[in-house]
Amino acid sequence: MVEAPDVARYRRPGQFIMLRVDEYGERIPLTIADVDRETGTITLYYQIVGKTTEKMSLLGDGEYIKDIAGPLGHPTEIKNYGTAVCVGGGIGVAPIYPIASALRAEGNRVIGIIGARTRELVILEREMKEVCDELIVCTDDGSHGRKAFVTDALSDIMEAERVDVVVAIGPVPMMRAVSEQTRPEGIRTLVSLNSIMVDGTGMCGGCRVTVNEEKRFTCVDGPEFDGHQVDFDELMTRLNTYCEEEAQSTQEHRCRLEGGRH
Amino acid sequence: MKEKIPRQPMPEQAPAERVRNFKEVPLGYSDETARLEASRCLQCKRPTCVDGCPVRIDIPGFIRAIGDGEFLESIRVIKLTNSLPAVCGRVCPQEEQCEKLCVLAKKGESVAIGKLERFAADYERERERLVITPPVERKNGRVAIVGSGPAGLTAAGELAKMGYRVTVFEAFHSAGGVLVYGIPEFRLPKAIVQYEVDALIKLGVEIVLNRVIGSAGTVNELLAEGFDAVFIGTGAGLPLFLEIPGENLRGVYSANEYLTRANLMKAYRFPEYDTPIARGDSIAVIGGGNVAMDSARMALRLGSKKVNLIYRRSRVEMPARVEEVHHAEEEGVVFHLLTNPVRFIGDEMGRLRAVECVRMELGEPDESGRRRPVVVKGSEFSIDAEVAVVAIGNGPNPLIPRTTPGLELNKRGNIVADEESMKTSRRGVFAGGDIVTGAATVILAMGAGRKAALAIDKYLKTGEW
Repeated sequence: MVEAPDVARYRRPGQFIMLRVDEYGERIPLTIADVDRETGTITLYYQIVGKTTEKMSLLGDGEYIKDIAGPLGHPTEIKNYGTAVCVGGGIGVAPIYPIASALRAEGNRVIGIIGARTRELVILEREMKEVCDELIVCTDDGSHGRKAFVTDALSDIMEAERVDVVVAIGPVPMMRAVSEQTRPEGIRTLVSLNSIMVDGTGMCGGCRVTVNEEKRFTCVDGPEFDGHQVDFDELMTRLNTYCEEEAQSTQEHRCRLEGGRH
Repeated sequence: MKEKIPRQPMPEQAPAERVRNFKEVPLGYSDETARLEASRCLQCKRPTCVDGCPVRIDIPGFIRAIGDGEFLESIRVIKLTNSLPAVCGRVCPQEEQCEKLCVLAKKGESVAIGKLERFAADYERERERLVITPPVERKNGRVAIVGSGPAGLTAAGELAKMGYRVTVFEAFHSAGGVLVYGIPEFRLPKAIVQYEVDALIKLGVEIVLNRVIGSAGTVNELLAEGFDAVFIGTGAGLPLFLEIPGENLRGVYSANEYLTRANLMKAYRFPEYDTPIARGDSIAVIGGGNVAMDSARMALRLGSKKVNLIYRRSRVEMPARVEEVHHAEEEGVVFHLLTNPVRFIGDEMGRLRAVECVRMELGEPDESGRRRPVVVKGSEFSIDAEVAVVAIGNGPNPLIPRTTPGLELNKRGNIVADEESMKTSRRGVFAGGDIVTGAATVILAMGAGRKAALAIDKYLKTGEW
């Protein structure tokens, strides 16, 4: 949880921030899980995947993050779709949570699916339970909830009832799998992309993605796009741009091969 | 008599040495050289040079002071109309402005006005440091400046000097806009920008970093929350791309991204600084402007062995300053003129390996008045490159236009503003710099900031729109 009153004041579900942990740090995008306007604080979740997140994990209570700018990006289009399935994979549960909450408040029937590799990595389960009509927890190893992938759980739901919208946020392979699953049914599917960004405000062009065969910028055109139109292969390739440098930077081989959200 | 003294060159770091460091290339005049150069000025009764200056500096006045050895007086004269002389002395295209109109230019070589401006500014900054105090007389009126680039900083400085309360909102973690993220250290040391920003703070300007207006609050909200006028100087926006196959391969950058990583994020000091930048033995830079030259010269300093600059027209059409082209050539940048990329070629890992190009020849003049390049059929060839930097310009940033109802835009998406008053279609809202003109120069943006400040003063005094 970080004090950032301007972000807390303006943020809507689906938006992100840019953060620079210290004078030497990179600018990285992080989605905002929650805000408290009273205290002017925001809640961020991250997975340690690089130097910045490693440094963040070492910060104690009352210590500072050098810079936070935001909120950025388009908010999620919140309206009454009918039945909404919110799929969060790994750290992607953090941005899914406020979206699920807002969709519920708008009158949708909200079914949550959250997945993680193993029990310890399941986050925000209690919070998601509170805002979803139904919540399915999956782990790859079966140590908690169903031993299944989130896509298995989604199949079951799609068989059992009509689904009007799916919001999927998580590793790129997961978002791609979900999009492929809903494509034949023509179910509107939103994915939130985690492209490489430098400024995050529509200046550098590093976050460009191909959507419906057009060049779009994740920071100002996204971060959410129609999952059926995103070129996920290209996104994965671009996310691997700095594999070697990241390894050098963290002195460890922690390539984000699966393209996991920061 | 006076014409017999030749234009004084400014000493520079030798090319072989400077490509191995990030320090500034020209080293500055000594006091003696500056006075000698100043003595070349004819002190024209009706100085034409001033007409070439977007902020109308009293050029003969400041040069006379240098000639007299009154260096502080000289900077005082400059600062009457130019709030960023150390910047302008380095990055203004003087050869197309003041120096082009210098009477001596007709017979030979113009007075080195830009180099003298730099000398005066450096003298003040390095040796005297004038004390800056906020104006005693405060005026009623609060002004919000959106963006801390040359337009915003200039408007802020002028308004603060008039006594207004000024707040500058900057999206990045550091103030200066293109002066810090775009122009490299070897052309404009960042300490100089910081000095100018600090001077504004001493004048009483409040600078709010990390605040993205249009996303964290809107122009309307600024006006509703106590600001009496807003100046929008948000600069260049989304980079233009070539729109050719392979442009999203790993290793293909926009110049904005490449230079921001290198300059603002200090990727040239990776891994001491965390931000990475792709380095390669062979690199291709596409474009013929100053930004392309900056990118090419940056690539050399980042260790590339071969830097290829690809430009579709010929040398005379290059928009870059002659000095920049000259520096790039001296440093070993290889120019591929009349050459146009048609495709980026990658490997199985999605990494850039080469740029396929075609040869061009010049045809009939196009709408810009320059001869239109036409493809030579069957001339395909490829240039090896592990990194490519696309430096062909920018479109406008959408954040403020999108969130400011009633703000008139032109067909390219730039904000429409009156040329003299910088007024937009929204009452109380002014705009200037690249967000209005599209990519232009630092000094034009500063000129716009200055005009806006005068118009804002008038608006706040009279309430008339």
